[in-house]
Amino acid sequence: MNGADAIIKCLEEENVKYVFGYPGVAICPFYNSILSSDIKTVLVRTEQSAAHAASGLARTTGEVGVCAVTSGPGATNLITGIATAFADSIPLVCITGQVNSSLLGSDVFQEADITGAVESFVKYSYLVRNVNDIPRIMKEAFHIASTGRKGPVLIDIPIDVQNATIKNYKYPDSLSMRTYKPTVKGNYGQLKKLVNALEKAKKPIICVGGGISLSGANDELLKFIEKNNIPVVSTMMGIGAVATKHPLYFGMVGNNGKPYANKAMNESDTLVMVGARVADRAINSPDIVMSNKVLIHIDVDPAEIGKNCGPTIPIVGDAKAIFEDLNKEEFKTDTEGWIKELNQYKTELEIKRNPDKNFTDPEYFIKTISDKMDENAIYVADVGQNQIWSCSFHEVKKGKFLTSGGMGTMGYSIPAAMGANLADSKRQVIAVCGDGSFQMSMCELATIKQENVPVKIVVLKNNFLGMVREYQHYTYKDNYSVVNLNDYPNLCAIAKAYDMEYVKIANNDDVLSGIDKLLKTDGPCICEVLVNPLDLVK
Amino acid sequence: MQRKVFQLLADNTSGVLSRISGLFSRRGYNIESITAGLTADPKYSRITIVASGDADVLEQIEKQVAKLVDVKDVKILEPGKSVYRELALIKVKAEAANRQAVIAIADIFRANIIDVGPKTLIIELIGDQDKIDAFIALLDGYEILELARTAMTGLGRGIENVTYLP
Repeated sequence: MNGADAIIKCLEEENVKYVFGYPGVAICPFYNSILSSDIKTVLVRTEQSAAHAASGLARTTGEVGVCAVTSGPGATNLITGIATAFADSIPLVCITGQVNSSLLGSDVFQEADITGAVESFVKYSYLVRNVNDIPRIMKEAFHIASTGRKGPVLIDIPIDVQNATIKNYKYPDSLSMRTYKPTVKGNYGQLKKLVNALEKAKKPIICVGGGISLSGANDELLKFIEKNNIPVVSTMMGIGAVATKHPLYFGMVGNNGKPYANKAMNESDTLVMVGARVADRAINSPDIVMSNKVLIHIDVDPAEIGKNCGPTIPIVGDAKAIFEDLNKEEFKTDTEGWIKELNQYKTELEIKRNPDKNFTDPEYFIKTISDKMDENAIYVADVGQNQIWSCSFHEVKKGKFLTSGGMGTMGYSIPAAMGANLADSKRQVIAVCGDGSFQMSMCELATIKQENVPVKIVVLKNNFLGMVREYQHYTYKDNYSVVNLNDYPNLCAIAKAYDMEYVKIANNDDVLSGIDKLLKTDGPCICEVLVNPLDLVK
Repeated sequence: MQRKVFQLLADNTSGVLSRISGLFSRRGYNIESITAGLTADPKYSRITIVASGDADVLEQIEKQVAKLVDVKDVKILEPGKSVYRELALIKVKAEAANRQAVIAIADIFRANIIDVGPKTLIIELIGDQDKIDAFIALLDGYEILELARTAMTGLGRGIENVTYLP
């Protein structure tokens, strides 16, 4: 058994079903060994997509996503995908081939110091020098990626280590890491303080972030808010933690969020942040927002608590474990009046758009497709105006809402949707992107076709990099610079080139029939939706 | 701006120092000095970092460093409850005429002369930062040819707060 065989055995032990990647000489032993395994391989068309696809899989199944690429440019192409996963705390194990260890540091062909390069975007990284370390390192890598605050782990393996014979292969049953022990259970005294604060509160609100779905705490959260009648708002990453139409849910906060969600948060007297970073896009001036309230901050990463604003009650732990404990507590809240007030804000402050009848109104389109989609469908939003519209108008029922929140990586939706759909072939998966983000990952149409993934790809086409154009509209008084996409490519011809179904929605009149056709196609389908090039999210 | 001395107990793996120093540079923390060396158990290194910043930043430094996978324990070495030491090697131009004067200053500071050349002396001094600064200031009247200082290292006093190695 050689090192590469050992890696594959370890992946089998970890129950890995898919490896996304792109081969090159330095990772060839790995891709040779994987032939004798049941693990499926997916050849993406550029390495960045391998990380995004693994991320889509991880967020769908809750398991660790795996990708494997070659050394040098293969590894460096992966970096944006790794950084995207890191920003959203998505568990990945990224395997990179490396040049022969005797040549390390001598700038040979396709050598890149990838562990050095990704240092600030990974939770941890390994450069494997000794083949006998492989089982331990693999075990540790999966453990680190999937526990505590989740995140990507990179393993760089020189080709000679992959080819070396391993003595006494044994996958460790358990591991003892001297220095890594994340806190899971919340401190009981702190939980008591939280309960007391909620009992006293007249206007409590919970703001949930991506931590809820990362820890799988959705059911526990729902039980807690329903039992104690506490309203909820979310960050962008928290969309879907509670169903959009739930009577206790009051929308996404932040500068691109709902005005009534921000008002709810600002006026609350007790705010519980859960699995959210209090980052700039969600809470612009934390000191002002927090000045008049009790802030309780729950996060599995102690470094996030107090980073952007100092909480009154800090609680370190995993959201699921904490809500399980909180659901054992009996206490009384009086929030009827407050919820009534919030519902009033919701009606008063809902933004009214002025759609142009010559084009499709993104609000009408997204609301309609949300309505027609399967209840448990996965909606993957890309980055740009399309993302803000998706956040504003998509209605999550029992499904998932995936997007690149922290890094804002354009091109995320298509490979992530592909990974999500491969992970769960029974689920309907819809990627919604703009014509800019579409072109960043257009090459993956070939992978989607090759793997026959029935992803539905919606392109909100406005011939502009709309989000930047909107910024230039407000900031530079319509002096547009480098934002014109010039109407290319012809999406109908693209669909034809990739042998895919194609649906065009030119204006609101086409929406119902177009969506109907899109959702009825068996295989992958591209749906071109023409929106007003000058439309704004604000 | 405050100044704090952080003492880390970290896994003695390759790259641990670059992970720690990389964290400081990418998060824009002010690092004044860093030293590292093995502990009684060669699996661990003890790393001493002197950093400055306002209270929020210093709190973040402690949390971010503690979060590193390789770091087992972070302690703050409070002045008064800890001892700090630094070592300086100073090569002074000292010919027959002024050699005795330099040796006299070294004696007052309990420094050691560790090398004597026809025209030079190398003096070794161990002490806290202030002592070494004062010594260097006194030598200013003579010609300092070369100077090498380690950064600060230290230990907390007493039996409390000892992190026992497993």
